[in-house]
Amino acid sequence: MDNNYFVDSDKLSEAALAKKHKLENDPSSRTDHMAYMEGMERIKSDVMDRVLSEMNSYDASAYTYADVRAALAHDNCTVEDFKALLSPAAEPFLEKMAEKARLETQKHFGNTVYLFTPLYIANYCENYCVYCGFNCYNDIKRMKLNMEQIEHEMKVIADSGMEEILILTGESRAQSSVEYIGEACKLARKYFRMVGIEIYPVNTEEYRYLHECGVDYVTVFQETYNSDRYEQLHLLGHKRVFPYRFEAQERALMGGMRGIACSALLGLSDFRKDALASALHVYYLQRKYPHAEISLSCPRLRPIINNDEINPLDVHEKQLCQVLCAYRIFLPFCGITVSSRESESFRNGIVKIAATKISAGVSTGIGDHESKYTGKDSDTAEGDEQFEINDSRSFSQMYKDMSGEGLQPVLNDYLYV
Amino acid sequence: MNKDDKLIIGGHEFSSRFILGSGKYSLNLIEAAVKYAGAEIITLAVRRTNSKEHENILDYIPKNVTLLPNTSGARNADEAVRIARLARELGCGDFVKIEIMRDSKYLLPDNQETVRATEILAKEGFVVMPYMYPDLNTARDLVNAGAASVMPLASPIGSNKGLATRDFIQILIDEIDLPIIVDAGIGRPSQACEAMEMGAAAVMSNTALATAGDLPVMAEAFRQAVEAGRKAYLAGLGRVLTRGAAPSDTLTGFLHD
Repeated sequence: MDNNYFVDSDKLSEAALAKKHKLENDPSSRTDHMAYMEGMERIKSDVMDRVLSEMNSYDASAYTYADVRAALAHDNCTVEDFKALLSPAAEPFLEKMAEKARLETQKHFGNTVYLFTPLYIANYCENYCVYCGFNCYNDIKRMKLNMEQIEHEMKVIADSGMEEILILTGESRAQSSVEYIGEACKLARKYFRMVGIEIYPVNTEEYRYLHECGVDYVTVFQETYNSDRYEQLHLLGHKRVFPYRFEAQERALMGGMRGIACSALLGLSDFRKDALASALHVYYLQRKYPHAEISLSCPRLRPIINNDEINPLDVHEKQLCQVLCAYRIFLPFCGITVSSRESESFRNGIVKIAATKISAGVSTGIGDHESKYTGKDSDTAEGDEQFEINDSRSFSQMYKDMSGEGLQPVLNDYLYV
Repeated sequence: MNKDDKLIIGGHEFSSRFILGSGKYSLNLIEAAVKYAGAEIITLAVRRTNSKEHENILDYIPKNVTLLPNTSGARNADEAVRIARLARELGCGDFVKIEIMRDSKYLLPDNQETVRATEILAKEGFVVMPYMYPDLNTARDLVNAGAASVMPLASPIGSNKGLATRDFIQILIDEIDLPIIVDAGIGRPSQACEAMEMGAAAVMSNTALATAGDLPVMAEAFRQAVEAGRKAYLAGLGRVLTRGAAPSDTLTGFLHD
């Protein structure tokens, strides 16, 4: 079973529709997704080969209850133990896994939980990623904020009390250049203590420039680590290039960034393999760059504008919880972010077990913070959302709720040095 | 026991030998932790103080307690020096605990960079308390660099594994004239007590309290353990037999003149 991703907008020209259908139905019309495009930097690294070979040889059905019991009994979780904890055999042990995960989270993070919010500054995109609301064939209101509008958004968010921000764009170099993003980050430094970005992958020197603009954390989602499946989902644009995306975190660290985040988008492919690969991506990066602050996210597929049927298939909350507990046990030091794609009740529960960072006051649209935060009608246009969120709690509500759960919300634990 | 048994760091006198961490539990528990632990020094991450009024950790720390800002987040000496100077500007006083890590997994300190930062900051008049991996040569370098104490780790931060480096800490206690303060990895009051029996000048803990069921009660337990260990050390521990009972005939009983 799979999602039906293909939606035709009646606004597309005949020629555009023909091209779209060809991309969807004729693999030979698509570019080689393993070949770097012009201008894409190549680095020396064996991380991708190591991750993919481990993932490809992983047979989740081969693990038994005994393997899971042994993994839970070990002080240090090996890669083999982790594979057992991700397997279907571990499902009956979820409560035990949660207990162990909670202990590790407490040892490394105490009872703290970090809060942040994303800020989308543009939703133009040059890629055709079939599951994403921003994809270039999707009929949505496009928008790119100018610096004045960005500053206004930042003021509204900063006034709510938030101190950490993640700046996002659709993936369009033409509309959202590195310099444009850099200027936005310089503004962000004025209003926030900590600035991260989630943008299209760039070269090392461009990451260095963005770091100098005030950014220290870079998030890039690989979406799926199964390169064949990746090819079927990312049909057009620079995002199609699998290895360039895979190496983004390394380039970011080489460019001077303090930390990076990795993730698969669960529901696109075999989630156990994707979870294994996500964690191994972190694991091998940590071995190669021991100073780096590394974190994992765990997004699941959500409905988008013009396709409200998209869902994460077999990755139910129970499976997501299993993945997160396994992450925590395998990588006790690793930050784990759970976004507003998940429900209020799930997020309230998971922060007590494994998650260390959650978003609040979230909008995945463009230029709509004032209307969403204050209820005031915005006097400018707004751009459509990337996906539907599932937890719309404001910053102050989240702060209150987390305190109510016995946790200490932390707004900033960072200095730009 | 001598009532004047004071812990002296950089010319400052303290009665308590338990240093409290602050970063891993709710801000509203800090006051109770300080009270029950009897702590006179509390550490805090400078990067956590870099926050607006909404939740500034500084507002939760009782005023009569000496702040020991740490440089966590620093990856080299230069970053540690910058963070220490910022702490001073923020009004955190002259004490600084140097933490330099370029390992995000175990958070083990970089001894070499720590010596370098100690030298710079001591010259600037800071009371420098470096967190370090227990190595005798490094400890001597820290003394020469102007450190006010030496803070060897017992085991990795947050691990609660106790005195994994016991024998090496003992060497520092025996050979270094500065106060040796055991930091990181102390998970139970009994381990804190053991460190004090060994002759450590003080013990520092954070995670052990943060992960306890009842934080104030655990804080009190640590205070008592640290005091007990100190008394035992000052009293001089009794003999420990290594094998069997003591022989009634001594081996050297045949010696007559």
